[in-house]
Amino acid sequence: MSMLTQAGFAAALRDGASPTPRGLAAWNGPRPDRRFAVYRNNVAIGLRQALASRYPATERIVGEAFFAAMADAYVVEHPPRSPVLLAYGEDFAAFVAGFEPARELAYLPDVARLEAARGRAYHAADVIPLEPAKLAGIAPDLLGATTLLPHPSMSVLRSPHPVVTIWAMNAGEAEPEPILDWNGEDALVVRPRMTVEVHRLGPGGATFLTTLAQGATLGEAMLAAAADDDNFDLAANLALVLASGAFTAIRSPGGHHD
Amino acid sequence: MNPSHLPRRAGVGFKPEHFTAIDQARQPVGFFEVHAENYMGAGGPPHAQLSRLRADYALSIHGVGLSIGAMQPLDRDHLARLRALCGRYEPESFSEHLAWSSHDTVFLNDLLPLPYTGQTLARVAEHVDEVQTALGRQMLLENPATYLLFEESTIEETDFLAEVARRTGCGLLLDVNNVFVAATNHRLDPRAYLARFPLERVREIHLSGHSETVDDHGAPLLIDSHDTPVKDPVWALYETVIERTGPVATLIEWDNDVPDWPVLRAEAEAAEALLQRAASRRAA
Repeated sequence: MSMLTQAGFAAALRDGASPTPRGLAAWNGPRPDRRFAVYRNNVAIGLRQALASRYPATERIVGEAFFAAMADAYVVEHPPRSPVLLAYGEDFAAFVAGFEPARELAYLPDVARLEAARGRAYHAADVIPLEPAKLAGIAPDLLGATTLLPHPSMSVLRSPHPVVTIWAMNAGEAEPEPILDWNGEDALVVRPRMTVEVHRLGPGGATFLTTLAQGATLGEAMLAAAADDDNFDLAANLALVLASGAFTAIRSPGGHHD
Repeated sequence: MNPSHLPRRAGVGFKPEHFTAIDQARQPVGFFEVHAENYMGAGGPPHAQLSRLRADYALSIHGVGLSIGAMQPLDRDHLARLRALCGRYEPESFSEHLAWSSHDTVFLNDLLPLPYTGQTLARVAEHVDEVQTALGRQMLLENPATYLLFEESTIEETDFLAEVARRTGCGLLLDVNNVFVAATNHRLDPRAYLARFPLERVREIHLSGHSETVDDHGAPLLIDSHDTPVKDPVWALYETVIERTGPVATLIEWDNDVPDWPVLRAEAEAAEALLQRAASRRAA
């Protein structure tokens, strides 16, 4: 099999409208279309399943048939470039955002973004989260200049839609019911140990956590969050920083770190 | 080169949904097998579970994405990932397929067939050599389930596998379900295939279920679907194989419509009983 033959086989696999490649045979005659279709079908179904297992709430929202059509369209434009399928579909949300038939569901791309973040968190490196007592041990006058190391699994997502509520209702985490307050929700996604957790963030929380995760000091992050939202609640957000396991170590200004 | 050395017992393809059931007590299985690519994340539950299993059982790492049968060069990044995974878990065995699954930079996510010619034989042998060198261990190469043939093929599959093994020193993974599926699909006698198969190179056997459809002319076409118990004719072929080879590490694969753990365990116990019978016959 030359490289050229393999290229033709690969191209025909990916294009359902193209004829069965030449040079193939079966014991009972030439043009084994149905036999070739087995491979074509395996490729399509396998990738559809890979996406469905990473985006189950998205699939639940639109239904299996709609999701399959959306996944097939995605696969044509963004075939996997690596055999490590657990990371496939990283940019699926951006595709969903531009997928014309799903345009009415303006919140759908953010649900997919949340699921992508959950998938990354699931497979992220394992690091033991910061012990709350460690932060309590820092002298109050040094606290503002303290920086924290983010957990490899943590990420923050902002949405103009109630993305956490919608996701929870379609992931079996909350009873489905009409959403009366259609407000934006920001989320912290983190896997402190073996379970991926999604926290709904209060006003300014996304700015606070994002700024901290980028290496800013607690003082800088607090100022940025307060500037972003007047209702930023420092005590509640500090409590979340410690309870969620979103950070793993402290660096106090004296150069000491832990 | 570290040779493949799985225990000559029945094993099971590990599914994460069975972890809790498996972890409750010591299970009557000789080893577990996992697909390498499912353990290429940095951490999380997959590695926690695999580490736990590894502590108690022998392990086989089975790759499904290296594309050894491709005419293009192997993916060096993927080879490095396999090397890291084998370094981390030190499995008793590493195996891959006589098939291709990537072309250009696209991963096609299926085990695709290749014609058997002098040219493809040379390429596959080169690739197997490269894998064994990179991993510092012997690998096992698995015979494929195929649905169609190539007009350009000039070498029997059994001879092809024997020659790759001879040139590279690799072992073979004999998938008896694949033998039955491919033989049916190409209207060949599976016993004749097995008679030509270089059984002395076999270090592991795979058993699984298949489903049935028909081809363009209404002839039976079997699909290697891994979604049912092992079927009777496959058990029968398996018995003829181990009668000749004696006990060989034997894996039950069940990847789709996965049943509860006890069903899978019972399949492994059925294989184990046949292995013990084969062992006592040889001793007699």
